[in-house]
Parts: sequence; C-alpha cells; structure tokens
Amino acid sequence: MAASILRRSLLTPRCRAGDVAALHSGPSRRRAQAPGPIASGRRAANSPAGERGVAPWVAVVGLEIHAQISSNSKLFSGSQVQFAAPPNSLVSFFDASLPGTLPALNRRCVEAAVMTGLALNCSINKKSLFDRKHYFYADLPAGYQITQQRLPVAVNGSLSYSLCVGRKKNQMVTRTVRIKQIQLEQDSGKSLHDDIRSQTLIDLNRAGVGLMEVVMEPEMSSGEEAAAAVRELQLILQTLGSSQAIMAEGQLRVDANVSVHHPGEAYGVRTEVKNINSARFLARAIDYEIQRQIKELENGGTVMNETRAFDFKLGCTIPMRDKEGKQDYRFMPEPNLPPLILYDTKSLPANTNHQQVVNIDWIRERLPDLPSVRRVKLVEQYGILPEHSFTLLNEDGLMEFFESVVRQTQMNPKKVIGWILNDMLGYLKQHNLKVKESPVSSLFLADLLNLLERGTISSSAAKQVMEIKKGNQKVLNKLIGLVQRTTRGRVDPVLVKQILEKRLSQ
Amino acid sequence: MLRVSLREISAALKEGRVSPTELCQRCLSFIKATKFLNAYITIAEDTALKQAEESEERYRRGQILGDLDGIPVAVKDNFNTAGIETTCASNMLKGYIPPYSATVVQKLLDQGAVLLGKTNLDEFAMGSGSTDGIFGPVRNPWSYSRQYREKSVQNSHTENEDSNWLVTGGSSGGSAAAVSSFTCFAALGSDTGGSTRNPAAHCGVVGLKPTYGLISRHGLIPLVNSMDVPGILTRCVDDAAIVLGVLAGHDPKDSTTVQDPFKPFELTSFIDASKLCIGIPKEYHAPGLSSETLALWSKAADLFENAGAKVIEVSLPHTRYSIICYHVLCTAEVASNMARFDGLEYGHRSSMDKSTEVMYAATRREGFNDVVRGRILSGNYFLLKQNYETYFIKAQKVRRLIANDFVNVFRNGIDVLLTPTTLSDTIPYVEFIKEDNRTRSAQDDIFTQAANMAGLPAITVPTALSEKGLPIGLQFIGRAFQEQQLLTVAKWFENQVKFPMIQLQGMMDHGHTVCRHQKSAFFS
Repeated sequence: MAASILRRSLLTPRCRAGDVAALHSGPSRRRAQAPGPIASGRRAANSPAGERGVAPWVAVVGLEIHAQISSNSKLFSGSQVQFAAPPNSLVSFFDASLPGTLPALNRRCVEAAVMTGLALNCSINKKSLFDRKHYFYADLPAGYQITQQRLPVAVNGSLSYSLCVGRKKNQMVTRTVRIKQIQLEQDSGKSLHDDIRSQTLIDLNRAGVGLMEVVMEPEMSSGEEAAAAVRELQLILQTLGSSQAIMAEGQLRVDANVSVHHPGEAYGVRTEVKNINSARFLARAIDYEIQRQIKELENGGTVMNETRAFDFKLGCTIPMRDKEGKQDYRFMPEPNLPPLILYDTKSLPANTNHQQVVNIDWIRERLPDLPSVRRVKLVEQYGILPEHSFTLLNEDGLMEFFESVVRQTQMNPKKVIGWILNDMLGYLKQHNLKVKESPVSSLFLADLLNLLERGTISSSAAKQVMEIKKGNQKVLNKLIGLVQRTTRGRVDPVLVKQILEKRLSQ
Repeated sequence: MLRVSLREISAALKEGRVSPTELCQRCLSFIKATKFLNAYITIAEDTALKQAEESEERYRRGQILGDLDGIPVAVKDNFNTAGIETTCASNMLKGYIPPYSATVVQKLLDQGAVLLGKTNLDEFAMGSGSTDGIFGPVRNPWSYSRQYREKSVQNSHTENEDSNWLVTGGSSGGSAAAVSSFTCFAALGSDTGGSTRNPAAHCGVVGLKPTYGLISRHGLIPLVNSMDVPGILTRCVDDAAIVLGVLAGHDPKDSTTVQDPFKPFELTSFIDASKLCIGIPKEYHAPGLSSETLALWSKAADLFENAGAKVIEVSLPHTRYSIICYHVLCTAEVASNMARFDGLEYGHRSSMDKSTEVMYAATRREGFNDVVRGRILSGNYFLLKQNYETYFIKAQKVRRLIANDFVNVFRNGIDVLLTPTTLSDTIPYVEFIKEDNRTRSAQDDIFTQAANMAGLPAITVPTALSEKGLPIGLQFIGRAFQEQQLLTVAKWFENQVKFPMIQLQGMMDHGHTVCRHQKSAFFS
C-alpha cells in the first residue's frame, strides 16, 4: 500500500556512483581520527618499491563498519526486511516519512546490538540516546537519519584477530584492535541513477533497516590487518546471528580511514576510502591508498582530507566529488524516542513485563561460543594446527563437516584434516562450490577414510575415489584397472564398473 | 439544539429526541451558513453523513459504541484523516490525502463520532492568530455576537462591519471558532505553546492541553515533537473530560505515551475547597497584561479564597526566559521536522527540476510561507555545530529549569496554578496584522507556553466578558497526569463564574431562538 503512494521518483541527474555510496555509509564521515600515541611498535613499515632509503613510513588504518542487523522487521517500523524484493514493496508509512508518523524501536535490533557489543567485549550503556543527523538526499525520505551520535548502545570494546605473517606467511599472530563504539542507526534507501533518461529511481525497501555501526580505532597498519579484522568481525556476527554480514548483499559495508606518517611524527592527513563492497578488495583498496599517499608525499605533494572510492575494475582509489567538507549534519536529539534503557538482573525492576525490557545478563548467558573459543576447542580436542582451526571456521559449514567425519571414522583427526583441507577444500575452491554443495558427503569421506585406515585401500586409491565422486569419470577406468590388477583379471570389468558406479553414487 | 453541550446532546441522542443524521445535517447546514468564519478548510459532508447513518443504525439496534456515538466533531487540519485531505493550511500539503488516520482521530471514530471536517489554522500550526494559513484567516464568531456588537457600536460608529472583525487567536482558531459558533460539539486542536488554549480563551470556549505523554501524537503532523499535545476544545469542562476519556492512553505507535492505563473519570460538582491550595505565580504579572484581565484574575483568586481554599502567591523564577528558550527549541525542531517536505514522496513538487537540489529548493520555497521558512532558517542556524552548545543545549538547560520551577511549586503543596490565559481579550484582524507573526507569537504564548515546556496539563476556562463584550479566559495548570484534579477545579470554577453564552444574531439561522442569556453571577 505504501508503495502506491510513492511516486516513482523521476529526478534529474546527479548520477555519481560515489555520491550514493557517501550517503549510504552514514554518519561515519566526520569522525576525527583519534589522536594519541601509536599503539605499539609492531606497525609494518611501508615504502614504495624502488625508493631510496629514507625514513620508513607508517600507515594508520581505522575502520567504520556498517552491519545490517538480521531482523524480520526494520529498526523503527514493522516493515519486513528482505533482500532483492520488488522495489518499494517493503515500505511502511514511517519508512516513507509520511507526516505524523513516529518511530517505534524494534526490540530485536536492540538485542542484536547488545549481543554484538558483549561479543566484542564492550561495555553496554544502560542508557543510550537517539539523535537525528540531517542531510538532504533522495533516498533519505525524512531528511534525517536516526542514529546514536551522543550516547551509543555499546562502547570501549576490543576485537582480536589473527593473520599469517613472515616471509612464507606461515606464522600466525594475533592482534587486537579497540572498538570505540557500536551504534544503532537506520539504513537509507537506494538510488538508482538512470543516465540515459536522466532520472533517479528511488527504492525505499532498505530505508529504515537497522544497522550496527562498529567503529574501530585507527590501530591497524595495513590492508591485510584490516581485512583480517573485518573477517573476524564477520565470523562473530554470523556466529551470533546478529547480522548475516554478507558483503555481496551489502549487509556488511566497510569504510577505511587511512593516513601515513614517519614514526615519531604526528599522524598524517587522513583520507576515507569508501565503496569497499567485497572482502577481496578490502586489503587491496587500503594498501593501494597507503602506497598512493606515500608516493604523493615523497613526490613533495600533500594528502588531502577527502573521501575516495575504490574502483575495483581499475584497482585504485579515486577522489569522490563531494561537498562533504562543508556539510554540517545539525545533530539534534530525536524527540520521539525516549532514552533506550537496558537492564541487568540486578537493576531489573520487579514486576516488569519481560517483553518490555532487555536484560543484558540474560543475553550474556545465552551467547554462543565465539569463533576464537571454537578454534581453541578444535585445537585442543583434535590436536590440529591453529591455522587449520582458522580454515575450518572461515568456510561456512566446514567445521561441522570436519567434526562429522571425525565422529564417523577411526582415522586420527590430524590426518582427517589433511584430507579435508587439501583434497576436498581445494577441489571445492577450484569449482567455486560451498561446503554444503560438496559432492562428497561427510559419511562417504568417513567410509573412505576408514577403508584407508584399515589398509583395505591405498591412499592413491582413496584419492581416485574422491576424484570420481567429484565427477571425474576418467578416473573410474583407473579404478577398474586397479580392481582388475588386484583380482588378477578374475572379474568381469563391466560388472566391476557397475558395482563401482553403484557404490560411488550412494 | 446545537447550542447545548456534548453531554446534553448525547443524552438527547440516547433518548431519541434527535437522530444522528438529523444532527449531522443541522451541523453541516450551520457550517455552510457560517462559512464566512472560515473555520473549516474541508467539509467532509459525504463521509460525515455516512458515519451519521451508521450511527443511526447502531442507535436503532441499541448497540452504540460509546458516549460520542453520533456526535458531530471537527478536527484541526494538522491531524491525519484517512481519505480526507489534510493540508496544515500549507501549499506544501494542499491536495494531500493521507492513507491513515491519527490515533486520536481513529479513537473518535471508533467511538462513533461523526467527523464533520477539518478546521483552519496557521500554516503548520505556526502562529497565534489563525491568520497565516493559505486558506485565509479565521474570523472570531464573537465578532458577530450581540454582546460585542452592542459595545462596539457604542464605541465607534464609523467602522464598517467587515473591517472590524476579530481574530480567533491560534493556531487552532478554526477549531475554537467551530465549537464557539455551535457547528460542532467538540473539536481537536493541537497545543505546542498554547495553540489550543489561546484561541479557546479568545473564542469563549474550554481548551484543554493534557499532560505530555497522556495522549498519542501519532498522526499529528508535528510542530515541536517534544511539546506537541493534541488539545481538546469544548463548550464546558465536563465535555472536555468526556473527550479526554476517549483519547487518553498508551499508543504503541507513539513511544512517548506513558504505559500506565488511563481511567476515564466523571467530574463531581462538589469540591472541598478547604483542602485546595491554589498557587498564583507572581511572574505572570507580565508587561502587557490588560488591567481587565488582571482584575479578573485577582477576582478569581478571591473566589477560591472565599470558598475556603488556600491561595498562595508562588514564584516560577525562570518564567521570563521561557519565550526565548521556546523560540530556540521550537525552531530547531521545526527545521528538522520540515526536512521531509522535499517534494519527493508526497505533497507539493516544483516543476523546476533542473537538478534534485534545484527541485528541493524551489519546492520548499513554493510550498512554505515566510513564517515557516523563517523558523526553518533560524532552527538550522541554532543546530549548526558552532552554535549548538550556545543555543540549543543552553535552551534545553533553561527548559529544565522552567520545568523544575513547577516541580518545586507542586512539591510545596500547590494543587493547581491559576493564571491568565492571554494578555487581553482578542483584537480586530486589522490590528493584529500590524505586528509580524513572530512578535505576536512571542506575546501571545507568554502564559501558556511554559506548561508545554514542562509537559504539564493546563486548561483555559471562559470566565467573563470584557468591557468590549469579548471573552476572557483564565488558565489552570495542574500536576503532571493529574487531569482529574485539574478538571475538577476547573469545573467548580466554571460553575461559579457562569460565563454568558455567545449570542449569535443576524448572521446565522434566525430560526433558532437565541439561547438563554445567563447573566454572570459573579463577574457582572
């Protein structure tokens, strides 16, 4: 019904992709880079190849990440949340900013933010506030976004992440980045610019969807670190279920603040890199920007405080034409929402309706094992290498697959992991398949490994069976040959083929 | 028949002395006969008659929905009414037909009330005269009363009839005029700084501003969210209590409404005045207060004292900062609330569409009047990063001090405060427009707007006629959520002062005998 009152907006052109992104990324733009000392001496020194041996450069990277909250309905309205629904089909009167409509906070979104805050070791503010951030844009119907500028729901947390370092990338190190805050805010709608007809089409399905903005302190120093931190955050969100965090669907959007300076000197001027919409490009975008700034400075130029977009086709960052510098968001308390009050078991008033309150302790008690805990458990329980535990968690469903195989086989888990990571995962990656789409089931692999373990078949035979199972029919003939050799030709090859096919298709 | 109270007409409907359809038709024809008052922007004739028929059917079956069943009401044109144009008296929303009804409107309809139409106001409720809307000013029915005519003829023989008509006050002037001229039995207004009480006082009707948070604002097109309250305009205090009983209560669509259930109440005529403590805030002896109003105020205080009540002078020391503080907070929220009117989703859209920005600017320039644009500009100025602390934060702090003034007074045993509602009786339109909207609003809101800052309930009760034969109202301000106590005191006062009924002659239907003219027992 709401959709019908929305005119399909026919605006005149302003078709800059960057402009859209600038708005989507919300209130992150104006946050100042935190001053203060460089956290530690572990910063990677960067110097563009071929430069003379001047003092090394140090890069400082901070991230602002918008995670879409996994919830059936929007942050302040009852509209459904759904990816790729028909345009303007999920728009309530409030989402379209019809005059007189008021926000009503979605409890689920608050719980998701609290859960995320707890998982990121934040202190949860028992009282937080909502603010209006004003700017005019076609996909922001109210002319302001409701966010938490003054007093966010969670503050002062940390995120530990690991990455491989060293010449051969075989050394795992764990680093920690502080989380400044997590704030709840509304997403904007989407603008679709039609250059040919000089119009802009507005889809408000996403307008008002709940976001958690996670602000990480500028304590990273490379694209690789940033990517590892984002990957870990993504895993945590997915484990909690507070966000599906699928980057390709825009559920996780990353902006990076980047600056470079010489050690011991003040921080350099920062730029903000936006539009990083895939995990693959995150490290590249940041590293490109670091190198660009270094080159710029070494060539006697200056770094401008500006917003840049990552162009994944060109593999570089380009300045976004924006008037952000002059923008004043005219923040104001949101008068239609009382302060968000959270309770713990101690402060919970007697006789409260549990539907009306959010109890932090209750949520804390029900937090699932976080990825870091799961990894430790995997290492302890199965004796596998720490880096293997990372791989198991990084692929959706792989840990479960591994544990299922281990349960069904006598083979040592340390050996099982090799089969899974080398033979199976390699194949899946090669064919762009997810674990759940694997043609080799955990039961099948367990059977196979049991045969191998008992010496019934050889390792190479097992590998060949895997190959066939993966659809490689040529290997079947090899296998038939193997059977013929073992039985010294006493069996009918056609029958062997039939039996093998039957067994393998199970 | 139209001149009786809501309670009386409700009884007449129940007893079958009048049918809802007949009542509705009479009101509609009366609205047409008084069209020159400009009280209504939209007359919802067809839907009103349909609602009346449905009500009639319910009466026939003996299954009425409540006390309001079949009762004609009017609603200020800044409340959303599904299927009925809602304009805020602005070009921006001219022709806008909302797809939903405000919670308060829906509650009236759910009780069987008949919605006659939408009443006139200042554009987006910004004003204190009901003179600054695109549909033109509302005329005060008292301009045409015998009481005023007789006096003004004595004073001036030269003035022609059409130039000395009076303003209603505002911004809910249409609703006040509608109730005052007997075209409906109750009307909704909105009250942000006095917009219900001010016109009620000038039009000689009861105007109630309930406690902030008691009544849902969902569907009320906002002026200042943190101060707006739906207001109730009726001919007597009892009627206001009936309507309040229908409207009050938590609304999940308005997070600022309180959760506690509201129990509708009936007012007793008897009060034990000796247990009552009335506060007279000394700061309300403001410059510009007419000697007549001052005298009336003091007489009213005596009335309570003579009845055995304690009447104590109290101090609300921060009152004098109230208007300037209100100006900052009001314009800031206005600037924010008006941001949504960009011509995209609804409302006016300029044909200038060279770029989105050009379209926005032209739409807003064409859609808003100078008053609205002026407030948007100042509000945005106050919200700028470099000004926020100096203006907005400071104003918020002052607001807290003002609210605390009331807290202190009530903590010290005061039950209700008695104050003037307006500086004086109303004035002719030609006089009114000599000052700009901002100056007028600052003057006219002076006694009313602190109650909005503090969120307190307040009611204006028509008290007596001025020397010019025009109504003067006095205001009672109560403790938060103590509407029952406030209205009980107001009803007692109403009974004592016996305010004379407006005698509308000549202009309207002569068929009806002009109502009984009760001479004021006390304030003659």
